[in-house]
Amino acid sequence: MTAGSIAADLVLSGWRGLRARKLRTALSCLGVAIGIAAAVAVLGISASSKANLLAQLGAEGNLLTVNAGQAFDGSPAPLPPTAEPMIARIPPVESVTATGYVPAATVRRTAAVPAVDSGGISVLAAQPGLLSTLGGSVAAGTFLSAATARYPAAVLGAVAAQTLGIDRVRAATQVYLAGRYFTVIGLLRPVPLAPEIDEAALVGFPVADSLLGLDGRPTEIYLRAVPDQVQSVASVLPFTANPAQPEAVQVSLPSSILAARAAARTAFTGLFLGLGTVAVLVGAVGIGNIMVISVLERRAEIGLRRALGATRWQVGLQFLTESLLLSALGGVAGAAIGAAATAGYAFGAGQPAVVPPASVAVGIGVALVTGILAGGYPAARAARLAPADALRAS
Amino acid sequence: MSPVLEITDVAKSYPGSPPVIALAGISLEIHPAERAAVLGPSGSGKSTLLHVAGTLERPGRGSVRIGGQEVSAVSDAELSAVRARRLGFVFQQFHLLDHLDAVQNVALGLLYQGGPARARRTAAVDALERVGLGHRLGHRPARLSGGERQRVAIARAVVGRPELVLADEPTGNLDSVAGQQIIDLLAGLAADGTAVVVVTHDPAVAAAMDRRVVMQDGRIVTDDRPARDLGDLGNLGAVPR
Repeated sequence: MTAGSIAADLVLSGWRGLRARKLRTALSCLGVAIGIAAAVAVLGISASSKANLLAQLGAEGNLLTVNAGQAFDGSPAPLPPTAEPMIARIPPVESVTATGYVPAATVRRTAAVPAVDSGGISVLAAQPGLLSTLGGSVAAGTFLSAATARYPAAVLGAVAAQTLGIDRVRAATQVYLAGRYFTVIGLLRPVPLAPEIDEAALVGFPVADSLLGLDGRPTEIYLRAVPDQVQSVASVLPFTANPAQPEAVQVSLPSSILAARAAARTAFTGLFLGLGTVAVLVGAVGIGNIMVISVLERRAEIGLRRALGATRWQVGLQFLTESLLLSALGGVAGAAIGAAATAGYAFGAGQPAVVPPASVAVGIGVALVTGILAGGYPAARAARLAPADALRAS
Repeated sequence: MSPVLEITDVAKSYPGSPPVIALAGISLEIHPAERAAVLGPSGSGKSTLLHVAGTLERPGRGSVRIGGQEVSAVSDAELSAVRARRLGFVFQQFHLLDHLDAVQNVALGLLYQGGPARARRTAAVDALERVGLGHRLGHRPARLSGGERQRVAIARAVVGRPELVLADEPTGNLDSVAGQQIIDLLAGLAADGTAVVVVTHDPAVAAAMDRRVVMQDGRIVTDDRPARDLGDLGNLGAVPR
């Protein structure tokens, strides 16, 4: 008799035994299933959030921002007009775009709205390349182009559009921007990496210069660098952006802020993994308990099998196999439930559903180890039972 | 012909105060195709004798040979192999597994001999047909009568073609009609050369056997052999069968 056929016999006979006691089998699997489901779901949800975040970060987290800061004496130190073209010349910089803050400009629905009800919307001059650098997209209409940048046309950030009550773009849609009407040509989707864009009305640099009195000086520059050279680019940015006052330039890495925020969210992962572990342990105790009862109940069967020629090992292995089958059922069911929960959560949150294969494999592996540990003692008891005593028990 | 079972001066006692002496020095030989009933009051040591003969219990003293092989001091795994290949058991409580159908229960009798599953199944179907249950192959024990269950158990005991079948009160839970069918089946096993030892209180079983061994207080008090075997004893040689 080969090892394979012995194993097949054991699994088949264990499976028949479990199928004969369906309710008990289901209940004893439940604890392990809940634990594995919790672990797989937590890891899956966290992986889904991470995938979502990576998508937001443009997969690499290589976005840098350069802000106009303050000089030593506290006076504002705006960036020179050369900042953006100079930065573009740093070799590892892939793309760069500038925005210019138009001071004291308000955006209202009409001139009839009092100036104090500005809704906190700022006016930013932007370049046509803004969205590609930030990874943003247009929800409706179009973004600024070289043509529309010359005319009183505005694109509204997601929050600004909501504040103004504008949810679609029509030819006649206008906003009252810094004392004159601008035609709204587009609405943006939220830009997680640059929330300031969400609360702004964007106009072209040429029209900002000609109509709004911006002198062409950018206040914030966004750039993407080759991912593994982000740090070295960051170190040369102050001198490149404002050689005269490098200390007044603020360089930041918004993706690291987002990553930190995501890391804070995964702090709960540990908690839920811990709870999952506890559930698996409780499930293991449940399986061990049911197996001990099973050995007591089935003394006559054990005696019969010994009389038919089963060795101690074969009897012990039979109970171990049943325990393993129970925990494997629990593990597989748990992994399936966990994957389904992940998919449900990701669908609800509009994220890509990611179930790490490793979490499923480890989950089922943990379940199997649980089965061996929980079944070991009952199996040993079954194996130790003297055949004549086992037969007399009935 | 050498005996299938040869018990020599076997004693067995169970701990207690005072210790319970179940067997007090028993010798017994069973030859191929021999049919023996072991009789005696409760506590006379019949069941212990059956367990010791079936290698389910080790003797405290003395020698047990099965098919010429000394088994009183071999390993547990070797005893299991002896049970799997040489012995068949029939119990008063049938000991069928409720969740298996008749064929699966009978095939269990071959499981620990090894062999491919399909061959075990085929042999199980054959054995069930031999005990007249060819029409009950897929029935689970719950759907069988008591007599049919015991016939399944007998099929399981003989499916591995053992040299010796040991039966413990096989008719104890059956009415007389079902009991008679079981007696006929057990008595018929000798036709294939299988020896049968039945522990019983049932006079009908005892009457159907060739030999009646009566026990009391752990000893054999009478060993009533039919006349045709006395010649066998007289010349101490093997009788061709």
